[in-house]
Amino acid sequence: MDNSKIAHHISENFNKELEDIRNKVLTMGGLVEQQIEQSIHALTSGDIELAELVIRQDNDIDEFEMIIDAECTQIIALRQPAAFDLRLLLVVLRIINELERIGDLAERIAKVAIQLSTTNEGRTDEYHELKHMAGLVKEMLHASLDNFARMSIDGITSITGSDAAVDREYASIIRQLITQMMEDPRNITRMLDMLWTVRALERIGDHSRYICEHLIYMVKGEDVRHLSQEELEKIMSK
Amino acid sequence: MATHDTRSHSLDVSAILRGQSKYDEPIEPCIKVENLNLFYGEKQALHGINMEMPKKKVTAFIGPSGCGKSTLLRCINRMNDLVDNVTIEGKILLHDDNIYDKSVNVAALRRRIGMVFQKPNPFPKSIFENVTYGLRIQGINDKRILEETVETSLRGAALWDEVKDRLNDNALGLSGGQQQRLVIARAIAIAPEVLLLDEPASALDPISTLKIEELINELKEKYTIVIVTHNMQQAARVSDYTAFMYMGDLIEIGATTQIFTKPAKKQTEDYITGRYG
Repeated sequence: MDNSKIAHHISENFNKELEDIRNKVLTMGGLVEQQIEQSIHALTSGDIELAELVIRQDNDIDEFEMIIDAECTQIIALRQPAAFDLRLLLVVLRIINELERIGDLAERIAKVAIQLSTTNEGRTDEYHELKHMAGLVKEMLHASLDNFARMSIDGITSITGSDAAVDREYASIIRQLITQMMEDPRNITRMLDMLWTVRALERIGDHSRYICEHLIYMVKGEDVRHLSQEELEKIMSK
Repeated sequence: MATHDTRSHSLDVSAILRGQSKYDEPIEPCIKVENLNLFYGEKQALHGINMEMPKKKVTAFIGPSGCGKSTLLRCINRMNDLVDNVTIEGKILLHDDNIYDKSVNVAALRRRIGMVFQKPNPFPKSIFENVTYGLRIQGINDKRILEETVETSLRGAALWDEVKDRLNDNALGLSGGQQQRLVIARAIAIAPEVLLLDEPASALDPISTLKIEELINELKEKYTIVIVTHNMQQAARVSDYTAFMYMGDLIEIGATTQIFTKPAKKQTEDYITGRYG
């Protein structure tokens, strides 16, 4: 792992503290990725036990958030970081917030999995597209965390760019759900549950995009929130 | 009946969020340094310094020991003239007049550019005599003028309330922080335009330091202030502009918020984040 951005402080302890925080964020990120994976698997396979596990594990993610938050607060108070160090800590605080929200979304998918398993009649046709969309957002999250691990923003616009693909997938699944609701109103309850799931995945894509935006601030010092993909690419090419 | 355009909220969001940034005002330079080189004997201590210090703003010089920040500060009121074997090339302009011009009266220049040092150095005289010293050597002895100056200067230095009942006590009986504020009162008694502060709080306890910092913030209403400090957080708290110097070079100067959140040069970044280069 590239430590050049956080190392080389005269205070060796400061290096260790920053490295420790970075590692905790990555562990938290790994847990969150696993939660998405497991919640989708629980949904598509009707595995209630796995869904219950996901719900329980969300507490771990919440705890990670609080501990990392406290450690960042402590460093800010005791070391008065500046420049990259300051931006790193501010960005960690934002990223763990995004991760915690993603964790909540995975938990929501797990709850839907439990709900659907009671009414599921072996209809797996819509799961194919859902799995594909889940794969896209998981890849987005993974790539953004990978950039955080490397403290780099090379190729970050291709990650933020895939948010558009996620949105297209979302719109397409919604259209299908509406069609199925119209075909048979008895489907509506199930379709609404599906809608929650697709919506959760779409939000995970958004949060992954936000993580990329935070990383750009961390590396370049530019606030790129609320910009279009084109505007963002323009700033990145500067 | 009054009509409200419900499509937009009535708050002026831009004004609330952005307000008037201190960096929005046009910068009016008070002091300009142009191609300044300084040699102690053979050894060059300042290398071609070019910079501006804006009027009624606080400019801080930061950098490691020996980087030339105190040397540069002392150039601004020609204190280096007093050091043997010093050669100075280039110009320092105070409102477009070169202070190194042969025609300049150095004593008059130092009345316009006051200086406060690291260690408080009050004279072993009464508080009153300390503040009025500069006026007296100018030949001003009118009791009313002196009393008025003492009160306004001590108020200006945020010391009046603490000493108003004992103006005739010896200044050496004051605490270190009070002595430093007395020295600042003495400096502003002669109404200078510029105040040079060389590590003004480094010998003081944290509370006295905060009082000095608060005072600097008030003093910039009237004076252009240049401060040298080893304490980076102090530079961040008190200054509007920060200049980072290294080995006699000016590496970077910019708005203090920019220098501390997004410095342009790696050397600056390494220094303010406590890294070795």
